[in-house]
Amino acid sequence: MSYLELFRLAAPETIIVLVALAVLAVDLVAGRGLDVCYRFIISGMVAVVGCALAIAWMLVMPSYGETAGGIFVVDPLTQYVKVALVALTIFTVLISMDSDFTVHVGEYLALILFATVGMMFLVSTEDLLMIFVSLELTSLSLYILTAFNKRNAKSAEAALKYFLFGGMAAAFTLFGMSLLYGLSGSTNLREIAAALAGKGFDPLLAVAIVMTVIGFGFKVAAVPFHLWAPDAYEGAPTPSAAFIASGSKVASFFIFAKVMLLGFAGAEGSGAWHHFITGWTPVIAVVAALSMVVGNLTAIVQTSVKRLLAYSAIAHAGYMLLAVMSHEKQAIASLIYYAVTYGLTTVGAFGVVAIVESRAGDDKLSSFAGLSRRSPVISFCMLIFMLSLAGIPPLAGFFGKFYVFAAALKSDPANLGLLWLVVLAIAMSAVSLYYYLQVLKQIYVADGPAGGGEFKTPIVSQVALCILAALVFLLGCAPALMLNCLERALAAVSL
Amino acid sequence: MLAWTIYISFAGVLVLMLLPKGNAEAARKVALLTAVAGFLCALSGFFEINPGKLRTVTDVDWIPTLGIRYHLEADGVSLTLVLLTGLAAVAGILFSWNIEHRAKEFFAFYLALIGGVYGVFLSFDLFLLFVFYEIAIIPKYFIIAIWGSTRREYGAMKLALYSFVGSAMVLVGLIAAYVVSGAHTFSIIELAKAGTFSHGFQMWAFPLVFVGFGILAGLWPFHTWAPTGHVAAPTAASMLLAGVVMKLGAYGCLRVAMTLFPEGMLAWKMWIAVLAVIGIVYGALVALVQKDFKFVIGYSSVSHMGFVILGLATLNTIGLQGAVLQMFSHGVIAGLLFAVVGRMVYDRTHTRELATLEGMSLAKAMPFAAVTFVIAGCASMGLPGFSGFVAELQVIIGTWRAFPTLAVLTGVGVLIGVAYTLRAMQKAFFGEAKPETETEHHLMESISVAERLGAMLLIGAALVIGIFPKLLMDVIGPSFDSPLFDWLRKGGGQ
Repeated sequence: MSYLELFRLAAPETIIVLVALAVLAVDLVAGRGLDVCYRFIISGMVAVVGCALAIAWMLVMPSYGETAGGIFVVDPLTQYVKVALVALTIFTVLISMDSDFTVHVGEYLALILFATVGMMFLVSTEDLLMIFVSLELTSLSLYILTAFNKRNAKSAEAALKYFLFGGMAAAFTLFGMSLLYGLSGSTNLREIAAALAGKGFDPLLAVAIVMTVIGFGFKVAAVPFHLWAPDAYEGAPTPSAAFIASGSKVASFFIFAKVMLLGFAGAEGSGAWHHFITGWTPVIAVVAALSMVVGNLTAIVQTSVKRLLAYSAIAHAGYMLLAVMSHEKQAIASLIYYAVTYGLTTVGAFGVVAIVESRAGDDKLSSFAGLSRRSPVISFCMLIFMLSLAGIPPLAGFFGKFYVFAAALKSDPANLGLLWLVVLAIAMSAVSLYYYLQVLKQIYVADGPAGGGEFKTPIVSQVALCILAALVFLLGCAPALMLNCLERALAAVSL
Repeated sequence: MLAWTIYISFAGVLVLMLLPKGNAEAARKVALLTAVAGFLCALSGFFEINPGKLRTVTDVDWIPTLGIRYHLEADGVSLTLVLLTGLAAVAGILFSWNIEHRAKEFFAFYLALIGGVYGVFLSFDLFLLFVFYEIAIIPKYFIIAIWGSTRREYGAMKLALYSFVGSAMVLVGLIAAYVVSGAHTFSIIELAKAGTFSHGFQMWAFPLVFVGFGILAGLWPFHTWAPTGHVAAPTAASMLLAGVVMKLGAYGCLRVAMTLFPEGMLAWKMWIAVLAVIGIVYGALVALVQKDFKFVIGYSSVSHMGFVILGLATLNTIGLQGAVLQMFSHGVIAGLLFAVVGRMVYDRTHTRELATLEGMSLAKAMPFAAVTFVIAGCASMGLPGFSGFVAELQVIIGTWRAFPTLAVLTGVGVLIGVAYTLRAMQKAFFGEAKPETETEHHLMESISVAERLGAMLLIGAALVIGIFPKLLMDVIGPSFDSPLFDWLRKGGGQ
């Protein structure tokens, strides 16, 4: 194992780190004395170009390999997820270019990039230690991003809540990992699975499973570990919230599935109705069911759109957990498709909220009233995002759900063991249409405030939102574009 | 050519979106042009050799991972309904010629709805069918919530949620069917082959899917969205809702639930027939006591759709043919009735209270509206010479063979139908005029050319099919010879 080899594999991460440093430097040197909006544009462009470079590197010069027994693994699948993560970062940077909540522009963008690096390492490792380290890199960056609006007390409160819950969850994760290490004598996921195989079910293993699920359940905001999410989303600067809801979610779900599938292989158990068998799937089944029900029902009564999106995120975590527990290759494909398209949609939705918030002062539902006549373009984008979240074809959200549900049922085609969860999920997605339509009702049906002229929407955000809406539509109409790549990647990986 | 009905409609949506703001005239013209083009494409399907036979329109790979194909196919049943959609679309636009408020958006939503409906009637891949089915839900919500009248936001939300719950049930059934069949395909033709689904599976999957679609067809007791939705909707939307959207549900029952799960249908047919008859009689009775003119028509739709479901439940060829013809016939007639109530009467008098209308003696003020309503009413009552007669007669004959007792009850329903139609007709148009209404008459604008054209179109369709039912029967009949309906010949009885 040479350093050159390591550099070759970690080139995209290296690029992002360098870009983060460059952004800091650029803002320090060129940004001095300029207006915040110009500084955002200059540093933001540097960040975007750097991220694009990283993506290009991954696509044009892909290099696969493994170092130091699974500490850093690059295969087509992780490469694929990383491309998606960096793309989400780009969109987050684009929608934050119009912000004015901070004067520390360089630091803000650099932190976003550091969080991205954390996520990239997170998805490309099969080792518990590395998982923990990169999880912390991501989380710490995100805590700061949440607290970044110093003029708003809510932002500090949100960050503190997020941090306290996060610290607690990290402790649980670490405890679970230490138990796993004690049981198996290794920190490598595959070796853990091999060591645990054939030993029968150990109570200690059950504790380790529950601890791990708690830790990741917090990261993906699944009930009952979701309490931080609505406050954090509401208080955080909107682009930060978008990033927490999209990139962080994609990475967390991927590593969650990986830990469960690789590390606990053989301890699946069964989550079939009336046939629960001890293992990790019944635990996740319960968490998934709770997330779908609590998330969707609580979202109905929200008046703040950011809180509404937070509860909808909790509900979507429930749907995605369905894919995690189906433990088969197609389910992984469905999970990645779902998480990535969900990430794109959410960044878009938060982007629209950010624009409305900066013009109308808050993110209450009533602030959206009459938006379609004040700014038809972003209204139409919001229409697409909301309908995709509700699962209306031909948008990506629909195919994502369909694919996840089909994969869940396919894991046990003879008895349709997970049918109860699928039925619950579909019923709950019918409920969700109600609150997504509430947002659209304000935008399209309600009359805006008298004398409200046209919104001036910043051109960069508008273009970014249009691209996102187009992607959501395109991936929904032609999911094969993404699925073909995913399938090829999956074929090359052993899970 | 048939596939172009879908593409033209969605292209129309695009063009409308790109039009400059505030130009209602251009929006109307684009919409009308699109709808007429779609109608002509639909009509062209009838000029092919042996139009009723099952034939492929398009069939290409779409999402190979799951075996999903972009598969359009047509037989006589789809062809009839596509034609109905074309007719209703054109007429609906003619009757919304007076829309000025956000006209561009109105017609964009309208055409998106039409495109989805065409798609459902032509899809032979379950996934594709479901996609089009859901595309049709959202525009309805916006059309009603933005341009509607009485309690529009409530009506719109109720309609959207009912439809979505129905489609959720269908979705569960579809995914389960896909996984259980193990065939890696969503093709209706493949899945319909005998022996794909076990008896036990069909026993629960059939009611799930049938009721899921049935909600949209106004199946009692899940019909309550229909009257409120119809009343809240603007005229063109009521016409489409009653005219084609309810048919989506009935079509889904026939094309998906009954075709895939014939054993389930055989086991549940009595229950469905009973619900259908309750719908016929209940809808008619409720229509009899309504005070709001539009509610009368709304409940009459529930009653008439009961005939469609009853026809399906008979499981014999004549009943099924009757059901399909009734879909066409009710689509045309309900469209006409809603046009009279919503556009001709309400837009001019601004009331739908039968008691108030009684004092206006509208027959003198707008003879054209009165004549149209009398014709539509006669057609709706099932007088010979109109399409309703041929359709309902066949359904009743089919019912007589399958469930004689229910046929008698259905007859009672028809009688009540005569009663409520005559009552509404008398009160709305031929009441005693109060003296002060004379001046109001002069203030009303006269019936426009667009309205006249729309009314002629629909009356013409009802009359032509009433006098020459063969035109459609020759197309519908052969559809039931295709392999899709093997079960009908084997186990379905006569």
